[in-house]
Amino acid sequence: MSDSHPVDVRTHVKAYIIVFAALLGLTALTVSVAMLHLSTGEAVIIALFIASIKGSLVACFFMHLLSEKRLIPILLAFTVFFFFALLLLPTAEVFSRGG
Amino acid sequence: MNIPYTSEVRPDTGVYNAKLGIWLFLASEVMLFGGLFSAYIFLRTGAATWPHGWEILNIPLATTNTVVLISSSVTMVMAWASLAGGNFARFRRFLGTTVALGVAFLAIKGMEYGMKFEHGLFPATNTFLAIYFTLTGLHGLHVIGGMIVNVYLLGPGSKMWRKDPQRFTNRVEVAGLYWHFVDLVWIFLFPVLYLL
Repeated sequence: MSDSHPVDVRTHVKAYIIVFAALLGLTALTVSVAMLHLSTGEAVIIALFIASIKGSLVACFFMHLLSEKRLIPILLAFTVFFFFALLLLPTAEVFSRGG
Repeated sequence: MNIPYTSEVRPDTGVYNAKLGIWLFLASEVMLFGGLFSAYIFLRTGAATWPHGWEILNIPLATTNTVVLISSSVTMVMAWASLAGGNFARFRRFLGTTVALGVAFLAIKGMEYGMKFEHGLFPATNTFLAIYFTLTGLHGLHVIGGMIVNVYLLGPGSKMWRKDPQRFTNRVEVAGLYWHFVDLVWIFLFPVLYLL
């Protein structure tokens, strides 16, 4: 964002405030859903879905990912791939134990 | 020595060097926390019983901390936007607020830890608490690291604004990228540890 000028900044600030309100709303939603004490499977899916939306808002707007050049998204695509590979490792272990 | 591409964009990468550097660092951080989240899944799926976070942990305090950290992310990005708009006094107010919110986050976290210790709940008590203290402790260390950088940028580091405003603005943006990442990690830690 090194080429930003004051006009851009004003539009940004408006977006930041909207995202802030959305993050607070989603935090209230995730806590409210947790109070319902749903089954573990349902609770995990809903909580992670809401957290993913919140995380995407932070990354896209506060971290300016939406306006980033090609190299950063490519770097992140690799990171996401290896992150999920890491998360799936325990599953592989469970399978090998079963087999 | 003149360090290249501190202010201007490097043609082949499309970003200034520090921005590429911080994103590479954050990618390594994703793997650090990813490994621990993976350990959490491994421990939870392998355990005969696993407590619900809300039975042991304090939801109101953690919700307050979530709001505190999200607010600090907003003030951090507003600090950068103030500099991008050329308003140094406004930048100082927003970055100062970010540091204050960081202190508030750590104070609440410290209170939470204190309450656990008072009730005889330690990392060695059970597997849930072991992974809880590991994840939140590592996250807390990241908050402290971010605060040290922010205090530097608020104090002695801010002298750069007069000499090279673009480079200083970029420094604040890079510090912000790190701070937002710390917020992002908490956004996932909160439901995983407290609400599930």
